[in-house]
Amino acid sequence: MKESTNVNIDPNAQEIPLLQVRDLQITFKTVNGEVNAVRGVSFDLYQGENLAIVGESGSGKSTTATAILDLLAENGRVSGGSALFNGKDLTKLSRKEMEHIRGREIGYVPQDPMSNLNPVWNVGFQVKETIEANTELRGKDAKARVIEVLKEAGLSDAGSRLRQYPNQFSGGMRQRVLIGIGMSARPKLLVADEPTSALDVTVQRRILDHLGTLTREHGTSVMFITHDLGLAAERAEKLVVMYKGQVVEYGDSKEILADPKHPYTKRLVAAAPSLASRRIQSAVESKATAGTVGDAVAVARDQAAVPTEAPLISVDNVTKIYDISQGGFKKTQFKAADNVSFKIAKGKTMAIVGESGSGKSTIAKLFLKLEDISSGTMTFDGRDVGSWPKRELLEFRRRVQPVFQDPYGTLDPMRSIGASIAEPLVTHGIGDTASNRKTVAELLEQVSLPASTANRYPNELSGGQRQRIAIARALALKPEVLVLDEAVSALDVLVQAQVLQLLADLQAELDLTYLFITHDLGVVRMVADDVTVMRQGRVVEAASTDEVFENPKEQYTIDLLEAIPGGKFEFGTSA
Amino acid sequence: MLWYIGRRLLQLIPVFFGATLLIYLMVFAMPGDPIAALFGDRQPSPEIIAQLRAQYNLDKPVIVQYLIWIGGLFRGDFGTTYSGQPVSAVMAQAFPITARLAVLALLFEGVAGIAIGLVAGLRKGKIFDNTALVVSLLLISVPTFVTGFVLQYLFGIKWGIISTTVSGAAPWGELIVPAIVLASVSFANILRLTRASVAENMGADFVRTATAKGLKRGRVIRVHILRNSLIPVVTYLGTDLGALMVGAIVTEGIFNIHGVGGTVYQAVIKGEGPTVVAFVAVMVIIFMLANLLVDLLYAVLDPRIRYAK
Repeated sequence: MKESTNVNIDPNAQEIPLLQVRDLQITFKTVNGEVNAVRGVSFDLYQGENLAIVGESGSGKSTTATAILDLLAENGRVSGGSALFNGKDLTKLSRKEMEHIRGREIGYVPQDPMSNLNPVWNVGFQVKETIEANTELRGKDAKARVIEVLKEAGLSDAGSRLRQYPNQFSGGMRQRVLIGIGMSARPKLLVADEPTSALDVTVQRRILDHLGTLTREHGTSVMFITHDLGLAAERAEKLVVMYKGQVVEYGDSKEILADPKHPYTKRLVAAAPSLASRRIQSAVESKATAGTVGDAVAVARDQAAVPTEAPLISVDNVTKIYDISQGGFKKTQFKAADNVSFKIAKGKTMAIVGESGSGKSTIAKLFLKLEDISSGTMTFDGRDVGSWPKRELLEFRRRVQPVFQDPYGTLDPMRSIGASIAEPLVTHGIGDTASNRKTVAELLEQVSLPASTANRYPNELSGGQRQRIAIARALALKPEVLVLDEAVSALDVLVQAQVLQLLADLQAELDLTYLFITHDLGVVRMVADDVTVMRQGRVVEAASTDEVFENPKEQYTIDLLEAIPGGKFEFGTSA
Repeated sequence: MLWYIGRRLLQLIPVFFGATLLIYLMVFAMPGDPIAALFGDRQPSPEIIAQLRAQYNLDKPVIVQYLIWIGGLFRGDFGTTYSGQPVSAVMAQAFPITARLAVLALLFEGVAGIAIGLVAGLRKGKIFDNTALVVSLLLISVPTFVTGFVLQYLFGIKWGIISTTVSGAAPWGELIVPAIVLASVSFANILRLTRASVAENMGADFVRTATAKGLKRGRVIRVHILRNSLIPVVTYLGTDLGALMVGAIVTEGIFNIHGVGGTVYQAVIKGEGPTVVAFVAVMVIIFMLANLLVDLLYAVLDPRIRYAK
């Protein structure tokens, strides 16, 4: 991987770039008139080079990539500029000419492995039709090539799985199939649009390593589209940073990330969670200690070291078993959580981290009393959660509130924001209309939103704003514990940083205890006091955040840490 | 899969008995004496009536009549009409005609509906699409007897291409226009269903990926859009097969076709219990087999559906 870093980055090289994008403009027709989604994007990509376009959602990075392949949605068009590929302007080619270039000369690896394979055709068929469309191979030869490209993409048992359908493959396996399809005709350029963002970190790392090897062997140029700065820093030599449809910074990726020039890039770099990040300190706390950040960390550590009295939350040997119907009366048992124990002191944050299927969300559901515990005990404030009396359930719900992952799904689109935030108050019979209105205004202020937001509806707000509202709603009943299940995972880096800062401030202000469920170790580093690493329902490692990050004991934790893209990379060191 | 088919066939048994018993009871709950209706104004002597009642088992309790009828059924005897004709002979006459009509209607609505729906879906928002939507809406809102009379007038009287009524044997050629009339509403529904489904799949990620793979547009449409879009259409066609067998009464009336619809209608009016129940029994079986066929086709079209149980 190191060798490729030095290939062809020299812009003074005599050779002509493989892809030369100049002043590219893309507009979309909407009900409110034309919207300029991409405004004057220019960059060069040389043979064998890796380039990453980085930006938040809506920055125009994916639009740029799809325009190069002439795959824009029906209401979009290239309204200016050019994209020269091997001397041909891709924006001016006819449909027939484009069909000849797609797949054959420019391969494409799409974002979501779940929706990008046709569910009604078997995997072998979908790879084979690509090969038959782009090469002279037919019949047996084509089939041999199918197996070859799938093996190259990391599906070692490809030969026996050709007749299986996409739903019989895991996400990671499907992504390998898509990479195989993208690379099947040995294209000169591979456009990889967030190729691994839907996958677990360890799977992501294996797939990206494989993709790196594969493209290096064939001398393929790769254009990554990603929101992940770490991934960009690690996998691409060149970086294009996009913001609101424009390129704000372009050049050598390590230089840009180490020394960002544009204010937006600076903010992006500062907000990027990585292993090198530090625990976020709330503004309140910093003022109180009146020292440097370093002092604050030290203070926080000292506090953690002091043994507190009884923990607020105590989880002891909790197991959750699901019966899975096998058809008829057959059932198998699945242990979603297996003998899990941990304790959380009042006012602290415990992060439960793990990949999909680790059982981390199961623990959240059990503690929220959304599911019943199979065995073991969970206590909250000295009382058993499992046997909490039904008539006092409302009281439990008041003291423990959840915030879920999807800010789009957790707010009722038919209710105003004010009504949504006030709903818990109404349910619990607290206050009247007038006092509730006042409470809503206060809560909105607490999450740094204007009071007028109360009259708006979810569809008018951004993802970050919605997540703040979900937090405001959770705070309405003045709870003691917030269970945050992947509460920041759907957000862009900058918004994520804002929400994490908000959570830290609220914790200091209201003495909240957080149970923070996440797959993202970078985020854990920024918010958690203690970490419990889970895998397949079991606790792998549990320790303080610093210990886990600086001195991990278990191999799995080490693997997870190493899999974080650009994990060890110190962002903005000279900034 | 075989186990699944077997289970579905076993399900036919209780449904068959339930449906026939229900129909039997309902037919006999209808007011009016079928024997008295046979003779009109000149009623025969009570002895002859009693004799006829005994001959048709009308003097026994309904449940016994039903059991006798079912028993006959298993010996291949569908019973006799009150005019003495074997019901099986009536069926042998009516079913082939209606089957021909239904097949033609199904062909028309399937082929034309899917083809026009596909083009409309591919050209969403264009003139072709809008025209297709307006015409289909018109067909759905206008009752069949209006469409029937209009086509009968235009083709039969104004242009003289067809004869206004279908002859007794009802050959394929004469059934084409009636089939179009019969299929008109379903054709419009299938058109709309296909269009919506195609338009939705056009925006699917896997269709974009198929294009990005370098496939030609024609292949993308055939292999990746059409097949996926047919899944809901097939369900509709399957349930429609049953409806076509039964719902042809109006169309058969307009074109004077002596098919199942007309025969059952007449039998219901006359209180011809054995005829009604025999026809309904056959229709129930056709309906259930059609549904089974749809479910199996479903699994062929969509491999995510597995009938393991």
